[in-house]
Amino acid sequence: MMRYLWGLIPLAVFAALALLLNDGLGRDTETLPSALVGRPVPDFDLPALASAQDSYDQSLFNGRWSLLNVWATWCPTCYVEHPYFIELARSGVAIVGLNYKDNDDKARNYLAELGNPYTEVLVDKRGTLALDLGVYGAPETFLINPEGKILLRHAGEVNARVWEEKFVPLMTEHAAQEGGTP
Amino acid sequence: MILSAALKKQTLRYWLVLLCSVPLLALAAIDVYEFDTPEQEARFRSLTQELRCPKCQNQSIADSDADISGDMRARTAQMIREGHTDREVVDFFRERYGDFVSYRPPFDATTLLLWLGPGIVLLAGGILVIRLLRRASAAADKEGAAADNEEDVNQ
Repeated sequence: MMRYLWGLIPLAVFAALALLLNDGLGRDTETLPSALVGRPVPDFDLPALASAQDSYDQSLFNGRWSLLNVWATWCPTCYVEHPYFIELARSGVAIVGLNYKDNDDKARNYLAELGNPYTEVLVDKRGTLALDLGVYGAPETFLINPEGKILLRHAGEVNARVWEEKFVPLMTEHAAQEGGTP
Repeated sequence: MILSAALKKQTLRYWLVLLCSVPLLALAAIDVYEFDTPEQEARFRSLTQELRCPKCQNQSIADSDADISGDMRARTAQMIREGHTDREVVDFFRERYGDFVSYRPPFDATTLLLWLGPGIVLLAGGILVIRLLRRASAAADKEGAAADNEEDVNQ
């Protein structure tokens, strides 16, 4: 009897390994979990795209729900998601743009031609705020609550499906906890 | 017809050899950082090997050409020059990019299996080998004893 049980061990080990590895199959390895979720927006002091004299700091995100969208004119996917941001802006969502390692004139032209969905656009030429945010490419979009805390980081295109599935639930959940409306 | 097939094979072979040599051309990105001491430079080398490019799937920031890796190398060099320890540099990136960014995962509940797995497998294998050896030597003893008895009888 004992001998039979010993014989079953390789089978059990195989089954355990198969289960473990099967769990890893098909997992999305491209998007990394963000280390910043649940933490406040890092401190920054960056110039505005509209006029270099103006600058903004982290208090920009206090008191309202906002999106922080990392974009650049060299980023093809940014062109793809741009119309959807215009739509969101029209429906009253505050979107702050972070122009990432870009040329100011090109960025201004981009907004003049394609429309400007942003309430403010920050210029991050050297990618310092982006590095603090754990950004590794463009586009990336963060959801920030009225206390200035990051609730979500989304790498890649934002479209209607992503918005409904990832962003909206967090806002309604949070609003339910606070007892207010988003 | 046959000749052209042979020729095709020849070209194919030629291309294969050529393609095999392509990775050799993908040298590590070269940029110049000035350090005060050779020791700092050595630390920079080992740190950039240990930090993982977040944009790539499996490349250290020393090997990667991605834009973000360049930024991370620059920041690493800067932090070393400013006198930060290796641990501080790694923690700086870990805070921003998570555990993914380091090739040395921390020891915690989620990485328990990763760290202890090899030890457990080694232990299980060792126990198995010892059991088998014991059984084999026990069997050999029995045989030996039996042979001795036989000899006794013969005398």
